[in-house]
Amino acid sequence: MTTSHEPTYPPPRRLRPWNAVEKRLAKVGITGRMLVLAAPVIWLLVFFLIPLFVVFGISLTTKQFGRPPYSPLLTTEEGTVQLTLHLNNYIRLFTDNLYVAAYLSSIRIAAIATIITLLIGYPMAYAIARAPGQWRNVLLMLVILPFFTSLLLRVYALTGFMRGNGVINQFLGLFGIEPLVMMQTDFAVYVGLVYTYLPFMILPLYTNLVKLDDSLLEASADLGARPLRTFLTITLPLSLPGIVAGSMLVFIPAIGEFVIPSLLGGPETLMIGRVLWDEFFAATNWPRAAAVACAMLVVVVVPIMLLQRAQNSVVEK
Amino acid sequence: MFKRGWFLPIAAVLGFSFLYAPIVSLVLFSFNENRLVTVWSGFSFKWYGELFRDPQMINAAILSLQIAAIAATIALVLGTLAAVALVRFRRFKGRTLFSGMVSAPLVMPDVITGLSLLLLFVAMESVLGWPQGRGILTIVIAHATFCTAYVAVVVQSRLSDFDRSLEEAAMDLGASPVRTFFDITLPIIAPALVSGWLLGFTLSLDDLVIASFVSGPGSSTLPMVIFSKVRLGVSPDVNALATIIIGIVALGVLTATIIQLRTKPKKARA
Repeated sequence: MTTSHEPTYPPPRRLRPWNAVEKRLAKVGITGRMLVLAAPVIWLLVFFLIPLFVVFGISLTTKQFGRPPYSPLLTTEEGTVQLTLHLNNYIRLFTDNLYVAAYLSSIRIAAIATIITLLIGYPMAYAIARAPGQWRNVLLMLVILPFFTSLLLRVYALTGFMRGNGVINQFLGLFGIEPLVMMQTDFAVYVGLVYTYLPFMILPLYTNLVKLDDSLLEASADLGARPLRTFLTITLPLSLPGIVAGSMLVFIPAIGEFVIPSLLGGPETLMIGRVLWDEFFAATNWPRAAAVACAMLVVVVVPIMLLQRAQNSVVEK
Repeated sequence: MFKRGWFLPIAAVLGFSFLYAPIVSLVLFSFNENRLVTVWSGFSFKWYGELFRDPQMINAAILSLQIAAIAATIALVLGTLAAVALVRFRRFKGRTLFSGMVSAPLVMPDVITGLSLLLLFVAMESVLGWPQGRGILTIVIAHATFCTAYVAVVVQSRLSDFDRSLEEAAMDLGASPVRTFFDITLPIIAPALVSGWLLGFTLSLDDLVIASFVSGPGSSTLPMVIFSKVRLGVSPDVNALATIIIGIVALGVLTATIIQLRTKPKKARA
């Protein structure tokens, strides 16, 4: 193959069977780009974007018996279409203490868990980024491995750890320490959240910290800065996009978390994901559940936009 | 310097013990003979036997594997197309909306995704008569949707750091864009496609919340069965199942890492 170097411009037609198809499509205004975009655009519109509008629509109906278990939005009566909107779900959301308390406590729990995850994850990410080359991949793999293991099973592993007769209490028992009550408390929920979402914090932080230019740190040290000062004035500000990305990746799913509070938390652990679940499955009040979801979306929209910005700035660099 | 400090290594060791201690104890106790999961009374494979004799578990596992394979495959196609569009087409109408739709499912709380899809399916059924009822089909659609986002992210990062001159050379030699994609682009991004598919597969296999919303009678996935068991307390056969899953995942991640490490030097030479 390497011997023939005759120029073959313009290329023979038979090499480009696609061109004929392309030209014919172009005549009716369809370009190759449109063909690439069509499938993902249609799929995501139908199964991601439109459902969010459906949720909003149904949050404006009211519960009724039958199938589907909500009042119709549009009714036709003698040829005229009537739109019936119910605001009672939203009124309940703001007046019933259960919902207000659940929102506030979800935000509080998610925020505290995010801060703890950051405090544990940052040194780990930094240690991995500073580790010698061959170690780095092994350590990264150790972070990714739990990320791939089922969340449900990892939470289950924690229950075995923190139970009344679990591993921790048996260990404490060896020293004659009374068993601690850990399960069904807010403490267990925090442990669960930090445990589950730690990889989400470490990975973006690592991606950011590994790009850190060593010469900046050396320059700072040469100029007489102590390690702590170098960290605070150089490393920390430069890793801000990683901190924002990691924190949002923990905070957003933690707000709507259902599995962790229902397996580890007690009955008084109020989280909005659990309220939505109960509203839907236990009370079968679909419109109310939809209203709870809409209010939750409002809470997570700002963090999602922050995340988008942080990711863009990582890509630009 | 931090490099010689004691703080980072200790923090890393503590952090990794925190990540791994519960998993290790779960694996150890899966070989425990005692029904009380945390009281050790002797080594045994008893619970593995129990697991394979439980038809509910086996059926749910088969169902989950099927759903995961189909959903990951759909997501692979959609996610790759989305990634190509986002990386290669610099500007087009609605790009911001499109990139938002591609990445938003990554962070959308599961309960919202699940509820919104269920309400969509119910509304579609009453207006269009499709999909009839809920079951495997609706779970596959739901899983394919959020897996698409993960595939798109993985493929996007691979696409954006490869040498475009290879594609340009192919096109200069007369290959059509489609042929260039299949002959040049696809082989280069193949590792990303494999890891994207695997990521989608495991995420689908893990999902409890979304599947609970969109499944129907008779289509309980493995996480749904596990959740109903775990809710009632710790059961040793779940330990055995978890050990098997962790083993498979560990093997998969190990293989993927080795493949990646082996393909990297080649790329540097090319």
